[in-house]
Amino acid sequence: MHGDEACAEGAIAAGCRFFGGYPITPSTEIAERFAQRMPELGGVFIQMEDELASIAAVLGASAAGARAMTATSGPGLSLMLENLGLGVMLELPCVIVDIQRGSPSTGLPTMAGQSDVMQARWGSHGDYSIIAYAPWSPQEAFDLTVLSFNMADRFRTPVLLLGDEVIGHMVERVVIPPAEEIPRWERKRPKTPPPAAGVYHSFEPDPEDLIPPLPHAGEGYRVHFTGLTHDERGYPDMSADTHHALVTRLNAKIQRYTEEIIRLEEYAMDDARLVVVSFGCTARSARRAVREARARGIPVGLLRLVSLWPFPEAVLRELGKRMDAFIVAEMNLGQVRLEVERCIGRPAWGVHHAGGEMIHPEKILAAIVAAAM
Amino acid sequence: MTQATVVDTHPLDAILRADRMPHIFCPGCSIGIAMRCYAQAVLESAIPLQRHVIVSGIGCTGRVAGYMDLDSYHTTHGRAIPFATGLKLANPDLMVTVFSGDGDLSAIGGNHLIHAARRNVDVKVICVNNFNYGMTGGQCAPTTPLGAVATTSPYGNPEQPFNLPYLLAAAGAGYVSRWTSLHVRQLKQDILHCFARPGFTFIEVLSACPVGFGKSNNIPDGLEEMQLYRERCVIARGVPLEELSIDLREDSPIYVGNFVDRELPVYKPVTHVG
Repeated sequence: MHGDEACAEGAIAAGCRFFGGYPITPSTEIAERFAQRMPELGGVFIQMEDELASIAAVLGASAAGARAMTATSGPGLSLMLENLGLGVMLELPCVIVDIQRGSPSTGLPTMAGQSDVMQARWGSHGDYSIIAYAPWSPQEAFDLTVLSFNMADRFRTPVLLLGDEVIGHMVERVVIPPAEEIPRWERKRPKTPPPAAGVYHSFEPDPEDLIPPLPHAGEGYRVHFTGLTHDERGYPDMSADTHHALVTRLNAKIQRYTEEIIRLEEYAMDDARLVVVSFGCTARSARRAVREARARGIPVGLLRLVSLWPFPEAVLRELGKRMDAFIVAEMNLGQVRLEVERCIGRPAWGVHHAGGEMIHPEKILAAIVAAAM
Repeated sequence: MTQATVVDTHPLDAILRADRMPHIFCPGCSIGIAMRCYAQAVLESAIPLQRHVIVSGIGCTGRVAGYMDLDSYHTTHGRAIPFATGLKLANPDLMVTVFSGDGDLSAIGGNHLIHAARRNVDVKVICVNNFNYGMTGGQCAPTTPLGAVATTSPYGNPEQPFNLPYLLAAAGAGYVSRWTSLHVRQLKQDILHCFARPGFTFIEVLSACPVGFGKSNNIPDGLEEMQLYRERCVIARGVPLEELSIDLREDSPIYVGNFVDRELPVYKPVTHVG
C-alpha cells in the first residue's frame, strides 16, 4: 500500500466519515481512496469546488459531530490557511493532510518537498499553536493519521499531517491492526443537558485542561460560534481583555501539553557526540548516513522528528548541552535548522536542498564527517 | 399625539437572543425586516427549533446568525455555504439556512454560491442585497448598479452588476426568488416554502442601506427606499431572466416574485449502505 492510501485507511480506521477535498498532486490518491471507500461505510465523500470550500465543509461537518478530514498539497494549503484560523478560533477538531511538493507557487507538482514546515506553523494570521506530524513511511502515514484525529479531538483543534511526495507515493507493507486495537480518544462533550433558558457556554474552558466541551449542531444547545473574538458564551466581545484571554488560552491549551503531543524517535543516540536531526523522507537518508558514519567510527546518532509542531524545545536544549555538533537534514533551505539553532543557541550544520529529489545519504554523511573533524 | 408604549418583550423573544440586543443595524436598515421574516418562518415551520441551524459569513447581514437563538455559526468571509454544506451532509436531519449578504455570497463567496446551486445541495440561501458593502462603510459590490456612487466608485460604478436570479438560474438552481424588505408576507411565505422543498433554494431580498448606499444615491432614508419598492416593484410573470437586472436610478420596473421552480435531483452522498 502506498503512503497516500495508508493515510486514507488510517483516517477511516480512526472513524473519519467525512472527507471534503479538491484534487491536487501528490495528495490526490487520498481523495480517490475516500471516494472509493466512503459509500460502503455510509460516510460522506464530497469533491468541493476549491480548497477554500473543502476546509469550510470539513469544519461544518466537525461542528455537526463528524470526524472530518481534507487532504492537499502546498498550493492548496495556502488557500486553506484562512479557515485553518477559523478552525483554531471555533476550536473545531479536524485533520488537514499536506503531501508536500516542491514549492513555492506551483513549483514541482509531482516531486517531493519539505518546505511547508513554517507555513504549517505560522501560515494563518494571528498567534496560535498548531500540532503537526511528519510520517516517514506508509505505515506511519497510517498510524500518525489515527494519532492526528485523536489529538484533534483531545485538544479541540485542527491537526496537520505533513507528509511529502516520496512517502505519499512510496509502496511498503502496512499493517492495519484490528478495529478494537485502534486507539480512540473521544471529544470532550457537554456534561449537562441543554439549558431550558439562558445560554450554554460553548467556550468555557474546563479548569482541568483549558479545553471546553464541544456541543454539536442539532443537540439543542443553541450554540453560537463566531470567528470574531468571543466570550465563554461564544458571543462576540470586542474588548482587548477578552481577546488576550482567548488567544492566550488557545495557545496554552496546546503549549501546556507539549510532552503529551510530541513524538520523537532516536537511533544510535546512546553514546552519540553528534546528532543528525531530520524528518519525513529525508530521515530515511539520514539513518543510512548515520549507519555509515558509525561504520567509520564516528559517534553520531539520529533524532527523528515524528512531530514537527509543537517543536521539541526542551529536548533540543538538553541535547545542546551534551552534543558536540548538530546536523539538520531537510528538503528545504533551513526551516527546521533555524528552530534547532534557536533551541541550542549556536549554529548547526545544514544539509539542504530546495526539493525535487531526495537528499542523498552521501551528502549527509559528508556533513557528519566534516562536523566530526 | 399618542405616547409610545415601551415594552420589555418582543413577539419573537422565543427565538431571538435578547441578551445580544441592541443589534448593530443602522437606522433605516432593512436587514432586521428580513431577519424577522426568517424568524417568523422558523417558528411557523413544523420543524423543531433544535433542527434549525443558521450559518452566515461576514458583513452586516452576517451578524444575523448571532441574533437567532438557534445553533448559529458566523464563519469567514464568503465561506458560509461550504460550511453549511458540511453541516448538512454530516447531519441530514438539520434544516440549514445560510443567511448572508450580497458581497459575502456573490463576490468573495461567488464560486461557492454557483457550485452549491449546481450541486443542488439541500441548503436554503437567503441573500440580503443592499447593493454595497455596508459594514465597511459603503464600498462598491458586484451588485452595485452601473453608475451608482460608492466610496470605492466615487465617480460612479463603471462595472455592470450581477443579475443574481439570472446567475443562479444559469448555475442550475432549482428554486430562485426575489422579494424586497417591503414584501414581508411574501418573503416569510417563500422561506416557509423553501423549508418544505428539498434541495438548494435561493431568495434574494432587496434591502435598504441608507447609511452605506442610499445617502450617496438619492435614497437617503429607509422609508424612501420602501416607497421606491412600492412604486416600482412588479411581480414578474414570464419576464425573461436576463431582464431581471436592477437599476435603482431609472424609472424601470423592479421585478420580484419566484423566477425558477424546477424539480432536480437533490444532492446526496453516494452510499451503498441501507
